[in-house]
Amino acid sequence: MALPQLKQDATEARLSALSLPEGGWSSAARADALARVRAMGLPSRRDEYWKYTRPDTLVDADAPKAALFDAQEEPIFGEIDRLKIVFVDGVFDAAASDDLSLDGIEIERLATSAASDIHWAKDIYGVLEAKGQDPVERPLAALNTAFATDGILVHVKQTPSKPISLIYIHSDEGSDAILHHVIKVDSGASVTVLENGPAAARFNKCMEIDLADNATLHHVRAQGRDHERRAATHMFARLGTESVFKSFTLTANGVLTRNEVVIELTGDDAVAHVAGACVGDGDFHHDDTVFVTHDAVNCESRQVFKKVLRNGATGVFQGKILVKEGAQKTDGYQISQSLLLDDDSQFLAKPELEIYADDVACSHGSTSGAIDEEALFYLRSRGVPESDATDLLTLAFLAEAVEEIEDEALAEEIVSRLSEWLVRHRRS
Amino acid sequence: MLEINNLHVKLEEEDKQILKGVNLTVEAGKVHAIMGPNGSGKSTLSYVLSGRDGYEVTDGSATLDGEDLLELEPEERAAAGLFLAFQYPVEIPGVGNMTFLRTAVNAQRKARGEEEISAADFLKLIRERAKALKIDADMLKRPVNVGFSGGEKKRNEILQMAMLEPKMCILDETDSGLDVDAMKLVSDGVNALRDEGRGFLVITHYQRLLDHIKPDVVHIMANGRIVKSGGPELALEVEHNGYADILAEVA
Ligand SMILES: Nc1ncnc2c1ncn2[C@@H]1O[C@H](COP(=O)(O)OP(=O)(O)O)[C@@H](O)[C@H]1O
Ligand SMILES: [Mg+2]
Repeated sequence: MALPQLKQDATEARLSALSLPEGGWSSAARADALARVRAMGLPSRRDEYWKYTRPDTLVDADAPKAALFDAQEEPIFGEIDRLKIVFVDGVFDAAASDDLSLDGIEIERLATSAASDIHWAKDIYGVLEAKGQDPVERPLAALNTAFATDGILVHVKQTPSKPISLIYIHSDEGSDAILHHVIKVDSGASVTVLENGPAAARFNKCMEIDLADNATLHHVRAQGRDHERRAATHMFARLGTESVFKSFTLTANGVLTRNEVVIELTGDDAVAHVAGACVGDGDFHHDDTVFVTHDAVNCESRQVFKKVLRNGATGVFQGKILVKEGAQKTDGYQISQSLLLDDDSQFLAKPELEIYADDVACSHGSTSGAIDEEALFYLRSRGVPESDATDLLTLAFLAEAVEEIEDEALAEEIVSRLSEWLVRHRRS
Repeated sequence: MLEINNLHVKLEEEDKQILKGVNLTVEAGKVHAIMGPNGSGKSTLSYVLSGRDGYEVTDGSATLDGEDLLELEPEERAAAGLFLAFQYPVEIPGVGNMTFLRTAVNAQRKARGEEEISAADFLKLIRERAKALKIDADMLKRPVNVGFSGGEKKRNEILQMAMLEPKMCILDETDSGLDVDAMKLVSDGVNALRDEGRGFLVITHYQRLLDHIKPDVVHIMANGRIVKSGGPELALEVEHNGYADILAEVA
């Protein structure tokens, strides 16, 4: 079916501002992805999947400018021993990065990966993304596959000694970055991937993750609090038998963030947890869109999203659990909650379950509420000042999401960032 | 220590007068008890003194060591030395009991210009005081009052009181829902805090608690007023004859 003219025009306008990287093993995948973009068209306001989030500025040919944030604080994860890989406005910074070698794993950059037509990443690059276009279209991810300028390709053969840490620095007010990462974890291996930083004025990021049987991936991300930045990110994960995928995202501020996570449980007894804590003040718009497909027996999935919103901030959650025929003994859980610190802020949620197996346990819930006045008074009656008591209750609200982080040191980092944010954003 | 004069309180939201001229003075070192039928305004009095929203003071005053309580925020009242053991302690999911108590102790110290207590000293102190109340390590770690039994909640209130060492303690029906053993624990906890510098206002329905925590003065509250005050024998009279005789007598 032909695209509506407006959509087609917007798509072509965006495409004309980009050029397709040529050559190498990824060129076929890129050409296919470009064809997908043209067939789907880039998102527009009319699209059902973009009902709560305006995609315009993510699609416009030019990225809206974003002022640089004068970060007075130390970057997160500073105390954690990790392998640092730094991108400045989407451009790899060799000087700031560590040597890309670590026992047990192979790390390559997408931009400089072997020119030959043969590469392990060919089985994943654009493949999981293409699969994730069904049943819901994600054109920005296809755009990413086609035009990504760089990214990392990680093949984890054995559990490495430390996490891989992707650091995204924003230094140009008009930067428009497209990065695509591929992570393949072999059977029995386990890896932790960290991401932090605002990345660019506009950031389109895609991460494809392939977990073999018994493989484990822990992902902890702190999206920068550089306020005017915009980001559309996608994670596509395919989970083998008894594999474990756990992802947590902290988002503090940002005028526009759309984080999509698409998970396919293809092997029996696999576990997928996706969690997010976000705090927004003012013209903040944060969208978590999650799609979990159970296509194997006895798998567990959890979605835990908590949003603290104030001064007109908007939080969005679209979460779906799809249990395919035969995916018996599925244990699916989904909770999305917002804490509205005033009447101006809003939370829009669309939780969905679609189940074609009869022996499953799935639950979902979504709530919006204010600070519990009884609890607030109780704390104050013990001498805790109102603002501290509010922060304490807010952190308590976020706790269920933060608890999804398994590593204690990482969880503590996240909690301390959250408390600092709360102190900075107190009602004066 | 605590001086309440002609206190009139109505509900903020509706035109309903609840306290209609309460007069009461609790001296340092003394235990005063308030008894009275349900709905007479005992909890309201305790809430108004501790600064809960929803009430409007239309007349009268309340001071603690001369300081106007009604002018202060709830946390300032706490720092000034006022403590209320709630009739219905509040559950706070996600906030650990221990974290909560340390935050409270340090907030009060800070408000009074004192040094914060070190983590080690705090731990030592809370272990010792929790043990006396048979509160185990698990209860200290769990979220505040979440999943606690009625008796555990009340013991937890007393633990908070013991840690905060307030000057003026108000206990609102701390005995309700307690079995005999828990009642003994709670009373021992309270008695351990009795001190010549500290005042107590114990709200209760039952003589039973007053067998353990011996009051100096007993007040009867009815329909928003203190209608009769006397010695411990007044509590015995209530125990035997109920409130009817007293209310008829003062009517
Ligand atoms: N927030 C409130 N809203 C409506 N009525 C209230 C409220 N607080 C107290 N009351 C009323 O005030 C009266 C006194 O209540 P309370 O102080 O709880 O009495 P007591 O503790 O002596 O049983 C009762 O009639 C009660 O229903
Ligand atoms: Mg009462």
